[in-house]
Amino acid sequence: MRLLLLSFLLIVTSFSYANSRYPLDTPRQEAQFSHLLKELRCLVCQNQDLADSNAGLANDLRDQVYDMVKEGKSDNEIINYLTARYGDFILFNPPVKALTALLWFGPALFLLLGFIIFWRTCLKRTII
Amino acid sequence: MKLTFWRLLPVIVFAFLVVFFWRGLSLDPQKLPSVQVGQPLPEFKLPILKDQTKNLTPANLRGKISLLNVWASWCSACIEEQVFLIQLAQQGMPIYGLNYKDDSAKAAQWLVQWGNPYRLIGTDKTGKVAIDLGVYGAPETFLIDKHGIIRFRHVGVLDEKSWTQDFIPQIESLQGQP
Repeated sequence: MRLLLLSFLLIVTSFSYANSRYPLDTPRQEAQFSHLLKELRCLVCQNQDLADSNAGLANDLRDQVYDMVKEGKSDNEIINYLTARYGDFILFNPPVKALTALLWFGPALFLLLGFIIFWRTCLKRTII
Repeated sequence: MKLTFWRLLPVIVFAFLVVFFWRGLSLDPQKLPSVQVGQPLPEFKLPILKDQTKNLTPANLRGKISLLNVWASWCSACIEEQVFLIQLAQQGMPIYGLNYKDDSAKAAQWLVQWGNPYRLIGTDKTGKVAIDLGVYGAPETFLIDKHGIIRFRHVGVLDEKSWTQDFIPQIESLQGQP
């Protein structure tokens, strides 16, 4: 019970900490800020997003995103700003382009190839 | 004949994937490609470490091939490359420093202790210029051409091996250009 209370307090305090550190005017901006932080990768500890990371660079980037959200910049403007400096790697969701086509469509391609091979070998054999 | 081809195809695809993923194992995920290569240096104005009234700007780096080295006194790996940087400076390579999120007094003390290969050092206290450069750790070294365009970026300790492998060919091809 005590443990439960403690963990509850920890969660509550961490929320209020985030809010006091990054106060925003509207709920819309707050939503934008928190969803952007979830989409962006911390480049030092690569499997964490910016919201979770405590690395120095993550802090700086969080501040930068905060400033831009506060200025009323759109998601696209902020993401363009960051990818112009750090490349697509900073995004957890890689954009669809020529270089990432295999990444996006590869699974479907391999499935299709598997079906074709199955059709050409196993199915052909039963007919004979 | 046709049937054998289709039967062999999965094996070929499998072999291709094995080679592909095997290669992936030896790639270092910490080494990110720089999108800044081919771009001019971002505009910056950084107070110089020794004389805070003056500024280091991209204009200081124009007219010659030079290095821009990102370092800090809190960065332990920076000590490792210092001997090599001093050697390069003695050979006449212009090296400029970007003191990344550091305390100026500590940085000056660090230079006394480990040596100073830099012509000028700009202090980036907030790390904003480093973000503009796409820096994600120290040390990082940028190769800048005569026109102030970034030609190469090296992440981590700069040593003899990466110098001869990556920097020298770049520098040689740049020297031929106007």
